[in-house]
Amino acid sequence: MSKLTYDVIIVGAGSIGAPTAYFLAQAGLQVLVVDKHPSVGQGCNKAAIGGIRATHSDPAKIHLGQESIRVFSTWKEEHGDDIEWIAGGYSFVAYREQEERTLRNLLVIQKEHGLNIDWYDKEEFLEIVPALNPNGLIGGTYSSEDGSASPMRSALAFYRHAKSLGARFHFGETVTGLALANGKVVGVCTNKETYYSQVVINAAGAAASQVAAMAGVDVPIEPDSHEAGITEPVAPFIKPMLVDIRPTIDSANYYFYQHATGQIAFCITPNPPIKGTDRRETSVFLPQVSRRMVDLVPKLRHIKVRRTWRGLYPMTPDGFPIVGWAKEVEGLLLAVGMCGQGYMLGPGVGVLLTHIIQDSISSEEKDVLAHLRPDRHYAGQEQLK
Amino acid sequence: MGMEQRIQTHPILTPEERNRVRLAWEGSDCFAYEGETISAALFANGVRVFGHHIKDQSPQGIYCANGQCAQCTVLADGLPVKACMTLVKEGMVIEPANALPELPETSASSFTAVETIEVECLVIGGGPAGLSAVDELGKLGVSVLLVDDKHRLGGKLVLQTHRFFGSINACYAGTRGIDIATKLEGLVRDHPSVEIWLDSTALAVFSDGLVGILKQGNEYALVRPKTLLVAAGAREKSLIFQGNTLPGVYGAGAFQTLVNRDMVKASNRLFVVGGGNVGLIAAYHALQAGIEVAGLVEAMPKCGGYKVHRDKLARFGVPIMTSHTVLSANGDGQVESVTVAAIDENWNPIPGTEKQFACDTVLVAVGLDPVDEFYHKAAEYGMQVFAAGDAEEIAEASAAIYSGKIKGHDIAAELGYLEATSTEEWAEIAEVLKSKPGAVILEDTHPIEPGVVKPIFHCNEEIPCNPCTSVCPQGLIFIEPEDIRLVPKYIADEIGKECIACNKCITICPGLAITLVDARKEGDPLVTIPYEFGPGAIEKGDMVTVVDIEGKALGQVQVERVRLTRASDRTALVQVHASDSMAPRIAGIMVQDLEPESKIQLTERITDETIVCRCERVTLQEIKDLIAAGSRDINEIKGLTRAGMGACGGKTCQPLIQRAFRELGISPDEVTLNVPRPLFVEVEMGVFAGAGDE
Repeated sequence: MSKLTYDVIIVGAGSIGAPTAYFLAQAGLQVLVVDKHPSVGQGCNKAAIGGIRATHSDPAKIHLGQESIRVFSTWKEEHGDDIEWIAGGYSFVAYREQEERTLRNLLVIQKEHGLNIDWYDKEEFLEIVPALNPNGLIGGTYSSEDGSASPMRSALAFYRHAKSLGARFHFGETVTGLALANGKVVGVCTNKETYYSQVVINAAGAAASQVAAMAGVDVPIEPDSHEAGITEPVAPFIKPMLVDIRPTIDSANYYFYQHATGQIAFCITPNPPIKGTDRRETSVFLPQVSRRMVDLVPKLRHIKVRRTWRGLYPMTPDGFPIVGWAKEVEGLLLAVGMCGQGYMLGPGVGVLLTHIIQDSISSEEKDVLAHLRPDRHYAGQEQLK
Repeated sequence: MGMEQRIQTHPILTPEERNRVRLAWEGSDCFAYEGETISAALFANGVRVFGHHIKDQSPQGIYCANGQCAQCTVLADGLPVKACMTLVKEGMVIEPANALPELPETSASSFTAVETIEVECLVIGGGPAGLSAVDELGKLGVSVLLVDDKHRLGGKLVLQTHRFFGSINACYAGTRGIDIATKLEGLVRDHPSVEIWLDSTALAVFSDGLVGILKQGNEYALVRPKTLLVAAGAREKSLIFQGNTLPGVYGAGAFQTLVNRDMVKASNRLFVVGGGNVGLIAAYHALQAGIEVAGLVEAMPKCGGYKVHRDKLARFGVPIMTSHTVLSANGDGQVESVTVAAIDENWNPIPGTEKQFACDTVLVAVGLDPVDEFYHKAAEYGMQVFAAGDAEEIAEASAAIYSGKIKGHDIAAELGYLEATSTEEWAEIAEVLKSKPGAVILEDTHPIEPGVVKPIFHCNEEIPCNPCTSVCPQGLIFIEPEDIRLVPKYIADEIGKECIACNKCITICPGLAITLVDARKEGDPLVTIPYEFGPGAIEKGDMVTVVDIEGKALGQVQVERVRLTRASDRTALVQVHASDSMAPRIAGIMVQDLEPESKIQLTERITDETIVCRCERVTLQEIKDLIAAGSRDINEIKGLTRAGMGACGGKTCQPLIQRAFRELGISPDEVTLNVPRPLFVEVEMGVFAGAGDE
């Protein structure tokens, strides 16, 4: 194979592109990954705070989440790199009946798909998360198999192993167009070179719409931005990721967990969403998120905030990812619109894409693809975005 | 633990009378003074290992003493705090930080909203530049908020016990830095439109045009300024060498803070790395505090600081080794010695030239970097932002004063308080004050004719300084007013007047570089020498070694008289008799006579660890291996090693990582720099939440 021709070209070496390159290379395919950034995971992968869950509200994401957890949780054992995985679980808290109802309703489908999750009333729940503010607490869910890891370390691990299996990575190269011939995508043009392949994967995150448009494909993705932060490390005192889905006047949910290093990583969803690709820090974030966090876990009052940043959530109209072949043109495989969950879904998506390309999808994967297909109606609404 | 590490007497500073407070350190009672920092209290009690790093249990201690890093973290009443920024309290229980801290049990909080303040100008930093700018703005009635992270105004001026260079008319030359701080503070405190927040740290400049401030250490405020002046000063550059993070290795600023602000005898024997003005002056301050200076190395063939500073040190008996570098700081848990070596023209150590010096402290004074993050962020966010002083360009404090005045007027013009600025004259003065040292002139050491009395200028390098010309009541000392960088000329013959031996030129000289030779009486001439080592350090009848301009011993002479007058402002005048030929050559008196190093028994404990990121304990080897493997993105190196992810936010390691790239021959164009993120320093979440007790 010439140095310009590959089995698969991936646009984007981020949360999706890096693990996908790994699984494709592992399957023996010649892979090229092109990314405009200078190294792996420098788009929004590194903006993720590191939560990994299968506790979603629909079978497709539950499946991808479970696959991802399988990869993350066994990575160190199988490959040696410490990606700082901890199976700390996820807890959604309920201080009002509305949230209790939502969470309890979701338990049905979650359990049906084999998730190890349950509802716990106040006293039992406080045993799982003793640091919670008990005032007004009703209870919450706890799913012990979810967890967390380091997005940056994960991306670097996928990258390193993909490379050692023969995948090529071209950093600092911007995709300027998709090469088309007879209505098919046959390659990728960059500011430096044109590369050829029968399969191009769009894993361009927040820039996915622009990349798809290069082949005349319209994907309904609109990024919005969320700010996140991390504290100093302290002795372990919170086990699961805590998610509070109560909306307030200026924010929707917020969530945080204690990373393997002892640091608390946190993020909040602004309400209304802040659309666009602005990644510059604002003065709104820290007072907004700190007040809610200290209210939920009073002990956090004395933890020191170290660093903040802002990342993009490539949102789709219904809050579910878009995975599958583009309908308008042959050869373009979409793995886009992860709605801020690219990191936690990445390995699962990578496995799925590999099966698509190898034409070896299972019946379960077929259902997943049916749910996430690009030409769906986008009518529903993800309940645990 | 006793109180033996306090400076009880000092030639310039007077220890304040303060109340004692009781503390517990590792379970033992000790005493401190009210109003001092934990770090000062611990040093005063002989403690300089403040904890151990969780990654490798390496000992940790003071490093910046400036609130910028978190190396000095201790647990105070259970909470991790920076020892250098936190004041002691009666009954405080202080423990070393050896493990991840446990957060204290806290009951539910009540919350107050964050205050947002609008001002015409926000000034970050109350040092010479910031205060000078605020003075100009205050005179024009501009509403100014000045924030400074320290407990008092003046910036680094408050650490400077020496007299300043420059010109008397323009910038307080001949006045001690500590006194300039007081004068500038007096000016800004007089303006009703100026509000000052001390103990208040700027945390971040946000894209919505607001600046987050940690107000008075415990409250969060957002400021929306029409204009922003960044006068945040400088931070010291770090250096990569073996053992560079051992407790006892720290910056000159940290040393001056402990010694001149806190009046703690931080060291018994010091070694200085770096022969710029900062290192030279810090070494002088050490001697004044009764601390031995074992030596000073400078990598260049010549010290970069003013020759008068260098000569002064050499005269006091400090070995100065140029074309030398530090190889390692050695010791078991803290510094016990330092190893240096000569370097060749390619900066490589020359084998066989290694020398060891016993010392307990290694001062790193290898230059300064501007603290300009806020400036760059604000510029990126389209704010009206200005920078002054070291934050704009590293230079002397005198130049910073002018830079501040100029920016003050620029801001006033921007705000419409001035129609136009006319700061060209100030700019010219600032340029002169920023000048690097110029030519070295041969000293005139001709014997004095009998019957004559006159000053001798042991000041033979062109630097911007002229206070001697302004104090001579006879007008006998001349420096071209157009260029104060020229060396002084004695013009008694030209103008037909005579020296009246008033000694004013001797005491005002910041370089202690003027002596007076009096040959009016029969016998050997009488030489008057400035001496700043306090009352009692030298007395009538003492035999002293007098030295020439560069410290070469001329002989032993007896002290005739020591005078310390109000007018001489803490500079003693020592008089000795010396022969006709020796008298004009005497430039000073040796104050320390060190044992030859060969006689000192050294225990050799050289660590092979060379740390680049001190917060996360990342070694130079780890960084170099990644660069060699192809990494060109510092963000990737950060992800792999955590270098730059620690408490200081990469302030220390980022320049060192860039340097590692250069050393491996990688062009800066190929390297992607670390993306700077808020916050400037770590702050409790409860502060942002506005949390109070319910």
